[in-house]
Amino acid sequence: MSTHTIKVTVNGQAHSAEVESRLLLVHHIRDTLRLTGTHIGCDTSHCGACTVLLDDYPVKSCTMFAVQADGHAIRTVEGLEQGGALHPVQAGFKEEHGLQCGYCTPGMMMTATALLEHNTNPTEAEIRQAISGNLCRCTGYVNIVKAIQHAAGAMRGVSAALPASSAAAKTTATA
Amino acid sequence: MIPSRFDYVAPSTLDDAVTLLREHGGEAKVLSGGQSLIPMLKLRLASPTVLVDINRIPGLDYVEERDGALHIGALAREAELERSQVVRSRYPLLADTAHVIADPIVRNSATICGNVAHGDPGNDHPATMIALGAKFVIRGASGTRTVAARDFFVGLFTTVLEPDEIVTEIVIPSPPPRSGGAYQKLERKVGDFATAAVAAQLTLDASGPCQRAGIALTNVGATPIRAASAEAYLVGKPLDATTIGEAATMAASAAEPVADRRGSEEYKRDLVRVLAARALQTAARRARGETGTREG
Repeated sequence: MSTHTIKVTVNGQAHSAEVESRLLLVHHIRDTLRLTGTHIGCDTSHCGACTVLLDDYPVKSCTMFAVQADGHAIRTVEGLEQGGALHPVQAGFKEEHGLQCGYCTPGMMMTATALLEHNTNPTEAEIRQAISGNLCRCTGYVNIVKAIQHAAGAMRGVSAALPASSAAAKTTATA
Repeated sequence: MIPSRFDYVAPSTLDDAVTLLREHGGEAKVLSGGQSLIPMLKLRLASPTVLVDINRIPGLDYVEERDGALHIGALAREAELERSQVVRSRYPLLADTAHVIADPIVRNSATICGNVAHGDPGNDHPATMIALGAKFVIRGASGTRTVAARDFFVGLFTTVLEPDEIVTEIVIPSPPPRSGGAYQKLERKVGDFATAAVAAQLTLDASGPCQRAGIALTNVGATPIRAASAEAYLVGKPLDATTIGEAATMAASAAEPVADRRGSEEYKRDLVRVLAARALQTAARRARGETGTREG
């Protein structure tokens, strides 16, 4: 069995490590780098809890070997917050109650981040299509979609354009 | 889940890759998108001693139309088919198919060539490639050969590929004017394999009747199944509800489904009939120019 020295940039920081060829990327992220925000759900590439961004596109890190990421840039949920300020996607999930148990949330937010970086004004159908590889089993998708719409508005600088129902839900949530 | 131990090599040329495959005989597997192979390794359904990762080989990630054909390189990802304007506008059958494979995240990694090379009857591109009249360019240690999609699939997870061979390119002849295609799939949920699916590609005469029909079925047999009698029946006929219904019945007769948790044999056969009719109707509409791109 071969081992390999790999260099992966994670959330802007270069990490070198000696890895077994069979080490999965998600285990490298969680166990070697101790970034445990990335979750392991189904472990069979269905649920998307392990979603990270590889060179700006979402991938399921349970279905990729760490050695394959050598020389690439990875972003995980820990990289969203900058200087103590929540990323708009994180703020959207907070404002719109886009999570309950939080298990799917890191993967869901990474997929949403990639979507909004490539499409600043997605339709509801485009949002639902984009997150169709991320399964939520408790919050339900309605608030997750609202959260992503909230983030899209904030990233375009038009948060005032939110529908009234969202504002109402927000009042209830914070009451 | 952790795969069995294996050695990993990442050659930088195709020549090196096929040389490595020859050295290791049947013990090596090619790693491209990994979206079928890695789950199989984790479930220990496969335990190769060596993985030959072709992702470090430059210049294989193209999807481009040239010289009267669409060329898809070994490392082109499914997501590229969805993004490609030429695919969306001129190869709607291909765009339809990519859109229903696994989920959008998996499609960022999964390759089209891997989807066919894997030989899984549940994969979607094999039927589509047969309907489109595609050819696969295959590179081995002793040279390059080209095999028609319809001759490529031998049995369950078995293709004509030798252990030292790689599908390096898919070549799809550019559809002539008045052509259209569609893929109709029923899946229980996003990311599931098809309960059944039907690929249809039609070309019409200037005066209206069908000039060429390509019809193939997904996941209703050990291999993708070409519905040759339905294809032959349609040639020279007008495409209306009667002829499409007849062709769909013939396509259902070609299916060889087995009962499993997705449904009974009888159910799947009738599903093929319904999906074939829908695929042919949409393909005919697109061939007439009534709808240019993927719907829904």
